[in-house]
Amino acid sequence: MSSNAAAGTIDHHFDPTTSTGVPNKKLLMWLFLASDCMFFGCLISTHLIYRLHPPPGTPAAKDVFSIELTSFSTFILLMSSLMMALAVNAIQKSNLKSLRASLLMTIFFGCIFLGCQVYEFNNFVLEKHLTITNSILGTTFFTLTGTHGTHVAVGVLWLLLMYVRSFQPREMDKHPWWFIRNVFHVVVAIGTILLGMNVVIECTRSLQAHGFASGLAAFGQAYFLRLVALAVGAGVLMRLARPGYAVAFDEKNAIDVEMMGLYWHFVDIVWIVIFTAVYLLEYI
Amino acid sequence: MADALVKAEFLGEEEKGTTKPFVLWRPTAKTGLMGWLTTVDHKRIGFLYGISALFFFLVGGIEALLIRLQLAVPNNSILSAQQYNEMFTMHATTMIFLAVMPLSAAFFNFIMPLQIGARDVAFPRLNAFSYWVFLAGAIVLNIGWLTSDGVPNGGWFGYTPLTTKAFSPGHDIDMWVMGLQLLGVASIAASLNFITTIINLRAPGMTMMRMPVFTWMTLVTAFLLILAFPAITIALVELMFDRLFGTNFFEASNGGMPVLWTHLFWVFGHPEVYILILPGMGIISEILPTFSRKPLFGYPIVVFSGASIGFLGFGVWAHHMFTTGMGTMGNTAFALATMTIAVPTGVKIFNWIGTLWNGHISMRTPMMFALGFIWTFMFGGFSGIMHAAAPADYQQHNSYFVVAHFHYVLIGGSVFALLAGIHYWFPLMFGRRVSEFWGKLSFWVIFIGFNVTFFPMHFLGLNGMPRRTFTYDSNMGWNSGNMVATIGAFTLGVGIAIYFGVMIYTFFRGERVTSDAWDGRTLEWSLPHPPPEYNFRVTPIVHARDDWWYEKHHRSEVAKERSEHAKAEASHGIHMPFQSIYPFIAGVGVLIGGIGISLVDVNTDPHVLIGKKLATCLVGFFIFLTAVYLWALEGNEGYHLHPEQDSHSGGGSEPKHH
Repeated sequence: MSSNAAAGTIDHHFDPTTSTGVPNKKLLMWLFLASDCMFFGCLISTHLIYRLHPPPGTPAAKDVFSIELTSFSTFILLMSSLMMALAVNAIQKSNLKSLRASLLMTIFFGCIFLGCQVYEFNNFVLEKHLTITNSILGTTFFTLTGTHGTHVAVGVLWLLLMYVRSFQPREMDKHPWWFIRNVFHVVVAIGTILLGMNVVIECTRSLQAHGFASGLAAFGQAYFLRLVALAVGAGVLMRLARPGYAVAFDEKNAIDVEMMGLYWHFVDIVWIVIFTAVYLLEYI
Repeated sequence: MADALVKAEFLGEEEKGTTKPFVLWRPTAKTGLMGWLTTVDHKRIGFLYGISALFFFLVGGIEALLIRLQLAVPNNSILSAQQYNEMFTMHATTMIFLAVMPLSAAFFNFIMPLQIGARDVAFPRLNAFSYWVFLAGAIVLNIGWLTSDGVPNGGWFGYTPLTTKAFSPGHDIDMWVMGLQLLGVASIAASLNFITTIINLRAPGMTMMRMPVFTWMTLVTAFLLILAFPAITIALVELMFDRLFGTNFFEASNGGMPVLWTHLFWVFGHPEVYILILPGMGIISEILPTFSRKPLFGYPIVVFSGASIGFLGFGVWAHHMFTTGMGTMGNTAFALATMTIAVPTGVKIFNWIGTLWNGHISMRTPMMFALGFIWTFMFGGFSGIMHAAAPADYQQHNSYFVVAHFHYVLIGGSVFALLAGIHYWFPLMFGRRVSEFWGKLSFWVIFIGFNVTFFPMHFLGLNGMPRRTFTYDSNMGWNSGNMVATIGAFTLGVGIAIYFGVMIYTFFRGERVTSDAWDGRTLEWSLPHPPPEYNFRVTPIVHARDDWWYEKHHRSEVAKERSEHAKAEASHGIHMPFQSIYPFIAGVGVLIGGIGISLVDVNTDPHVLIGKKLATCLVGFFIFLTAVYLWALEGNEGYHLHPEQDSHSGGGSEPKHH
């Protein structure tokens, strides 16, 4: 395989080392997704059964949901699938620059979705008084969408690790600190993303509470240190994104990216089902 | 296991030149503790599964004997009601999840890659991870023996609302939930690996319809595992949330429906019984042709029957729930579907008889167990059909008749087949063969003890003795039946003791066999006993079903073809995966997290920011995550091995990076 990679002649649809021609990793992921279908199948069934048999006193779902916000985050998640597809395409052509851009966009969109979900959960609990314990609707809703959100979060982490992995030097002997650099890169990236999501959500809150101008001022005062830290984190990430050495990540890693892509698309498809079953049906 | 055919110092050179960080050094120990903790060899992992399974088989057996001791005479008080509940819960959970399933997994690991001509499974480190998570689950499930919480006591089915916080406030049910959850993770990870291996790692010429039936049944079982386990995983998540976070899934006062648990549990639980029996059917389909010296009668039909049993197994779960009030329509549908399963099962039985018919039968110990399997499994099948009729089941439900039925299929079926499999493949695994006299003696004692134990239970059940009752009055008419069953149970115990005593003796002192112990038919018998680390020096080219048999009768052609093939292969050597410690460390993280979730108390002091429970879970999670990260970073590198050949002097090797 590695010798093929050097020559740039990998057939991405046929792996001659396996009996069927399907790469092992791809087959493993398809099988896992089959299993994951059953996980979500059971959760969605649980939700729908209880939706159809609501006990007295269950809050009306329409009063709780904000269909505009969820439609927006659904759209973003679907667009992230496009970015993921572009990433797979890029690495199959050994286009590292395009791969990294597409991965970062996928991560960005994934984070917007997650941020919306954090905001939505907060809103439901604090303002709509729908908690995981106080009604069967809350129990099944938070468990189902929370499980999906966990899948997205795992996907974002995976994307991030793949992004950092794309900076591994080809000649490790000449870069004895590559491992430290790798860990540092991961830590900074995770920290920056979490901080960024926190800052954006707090900013939104502040704007909602105090109006635009004074809200922005109040937010700037209260979160000044975090904003500085965010800027530093982003700066470090930009520096790390210019390694200045040849990296060991090219066409032969396409299968790793593709496997991750399968997972990401699947999680999106599951969301289409959840969005339809949990939210949209309510508005027919 | 002495598979030290190749003593290569292949790793020293590789490490010298590079500046690999300490955490990414690949372990090289082939022996000792590190050798076992870091192994990725499917045969060694199979051995680990086997040893663990046999240990828990012993534990589950002792629990069973205590149950029988308590029930030997009326109004007995050896066990309290509470202890009795713990015993039957742990007996069932242990036997199903910690004895029969891992013993099957031991054979999947050890035998399946050899049968398809592979050098390892598709993902060797994932395979090791599966084992360590299995062990973590087993520990979490059993840790109650050592703590004040006691062991789980809610039955292996864990029906809600009995297992909800209101009725079982202790940590024991949390351990049961978490233990099963981890065992599920281990089974699913292992099964994904097995399916990929069977589909993708077959030797050239090994088409699907040339695969040995045991490999086929491994494939079907693995599919059942990945599709059935999610149901119980979700059920357990829901129960765990109810217990830990106060959700309402099974909380009737807030709109929850406990019967949802019953459905989810049996959506898993019924495929689970085929997960237990199909590997056994596969083993029997290997043993009967070998000792009848005939090909398996109707191979395609046996394969398709196995697959259709697996398929139909998903549509019959509610026959465990005829008395929950599903209504006539539901009961009828599930009764019919259940009876349908009898058809492919019956087809298999007839094919096995067809294999024996006119065969040149040699009555060796594995064959005795295999024939015992057919007889007792068929018996359990008959009582199974009686349960399928919903009106009859109303009478039998929750009685000892059911206990008799499933012990006939689980012991008479699965366990007999596994005991046959151990005898059959023991020479291959360890290069030694059990003596015929002691093997047959153990068979007869086990066979008689088994029937004496469980046959009377049919009558006890029809006479109204309920399951899971810790004692009974002397005027119920159950006295003699129970006494006979207890005597039988101890006979069975003696039989098992003989069986394993002889096994241990044979492991150290038994008659040596170096090749083809039984004049076998499938590829694994072409290997030296025990097989070397790399399994096949030259990847075999498969010409027929029962390929080793074919080869034995076409020696010259095959030898010529193989020598040409060998030359081509010798140039690049045998590719072997590096060992790794990270699957084990990830398993340790999983264990700590599991203990955190199930055993540690929730923080009630508002002044403490992070309680002990959360802290333990986070530590476990962090260890797991770190291990997985390093696992990914160290990569799936391997090295090349050149086994000592006639013209070459040493078993040197060269590193290779992918």
